[in-house]
Amino acid sequence: MEDRIEMTTPFTDETIKKLNAGDMVYLSGTVYTARDAAHKKMCELLEKGESMPFDFTGAVIYYAGPCPAKPGRPIGSVGPTTSGRMDLYTPTLMKEGLRVMIGKGLRNQEVIDSIIRYSGVYFAAIGGAAALMGQSVENSEIIAFDELGTEAVRKLHVKNLPVIVAIDCKGNNIYEKGRAAFAHH
Amino acid sequence: MRTIQSENITELVEELCIKSNCELPGDIYRFLTTGVPKEKSLLGREILYTLVKNADIARQGRDPICQDTGMTVVFVTMGQNVHVEGAFIEDAINEGVRRGYEKGYLRKSVVKDPLNRINTKDNTPAVIHYEMVPGDQFHIIVAPKGFGSENMSRLKMLKPSQGVQGIKDFVIQTVSEAGANPCPPIIVGVGIGGTMEKSALLGKKALLRPVGQINENTQLAELEAELLESINALGIGPAGFGGTTTAMSVHILTYATHIAGLPVSVNIGCHVTRHAEGEL
Repeated sequence: MEDRIEMTTPFTDETIKKLNAGDMVYLSGTVYTARDAAHKKMCELLEKGESMPFDFTGAVIYYAGPCPAKPGRPIGSVGPTTSGRMDLYTPTLMKEGLRVMIGKGLRNQEVIDSIIRYSGVYFAAIGGAAALMGQSVENSEIIAFDELGTEAVRKLHVKNLPVIVAIDCKGNNIYEKGRAAFAHH
Repeated sequence: MRTIQSENITELVEELCIKSNCELPGDIYRFLTTGVPKEKSLLGREILYTLVKNADIARQGRDPICQDTGMTVVFVTMGQNVHVEGAFIEDAINEGVRRGYEKGYLRKSVVKDPLNRINTKDNTPAVIHYEMVPGDQFHIIVAPKGFGSENMSRLKMLKPSQGVQGIKDFVIQTVSEAGANPCPPIIVGVGIGGTMEKSALLGKKALLRPVGQINENTQLAELEAELLESINALGIGPAGFGGTTTAMSVHILTYATHIAGLPVSVNIGCHVTRHAEGEL
């Protein structure tokens, strides 16, 4: 943990380049939820030459499927899901302009290469800390694939969502760095 | 013969679905709170502290600890003198899951079949394991299982000649490859022996043992301690960001096996390894 940084969406090339693996970031603004089924659908739309459910420019995708909202609340518990399952789709979406993702767990080499090539950033949220993260969400609205239930694309307005830079635009990653620092045999 | 009404089973399952998803078991809560000062990574300590805070928020607000409220695994222990009146027991349990996941605002994560993947929208069916015992008891454990950790679980049919070393290597390899994905600090459930499916069930059941409870079998207790030390030396740490707390504990269950075989299953439980139990 090196610094506490506060950031607001949308992201730009400059803001992304300032981030280093291990930085703690409190994120405010708009993030879009999309996980397995939504990624599959977005890639199918791209193949057919159709447009994406939201503009990727400066946008953030959060790999998450929330719990239902209780009455009077914008959303239920909403923590990150394992990002590795989206690895198959991510290079395609980054080619389309996506630069910022939030999830949990290490990405494959193709995704890391795409992050370096397009100067993107991959944040990790704390897996399982979902009740706490639900409290960072001020607003939630389904904007695509309603039929997918929890897997629908939601536009969330978040305030101080705690995330950690897991892979920075140079390809450094906290998972390997952190593990190497504490591994002993 | 003792008669139990199926509606009472449904009500119990409903209550346990909500309780298990919103209240972190006391043994894990204690581990997380007492584990903060022991973790050597500053970021790791911050993560453990955040998990405690998350558990407090969930308990107070009756909110799910994790958004992955799991596939509902149910263990039924039923005395052979018990008779269930009303609905079929399986239907009664699934109705309890249906009601619990609706009333508790829990996520519905189950798809009807693995190939076509259409959500059943009520988290049914549950995965139900029945165990018949003598007498007239009726005991239920509801253990919702998230798939971040379930996906990182593995099974291997070892050769008897691979022995204890083979078991150790397989357990360590499984946890090492899982890395950050199963949301460490994890509980490692290890099922050894039986047939293929028996070892998998033992691995799952091993996750139900409270953290901190020592295995009554001395040989297994020593093996658990040794495995825990090796796992925590991997450096994966809380949330996988590096640290000394990768696993809370290793739990081993064994069963008789065949002269030709050594089945080993490693079922990984996340830091929200949930279970709640009740009796009728």
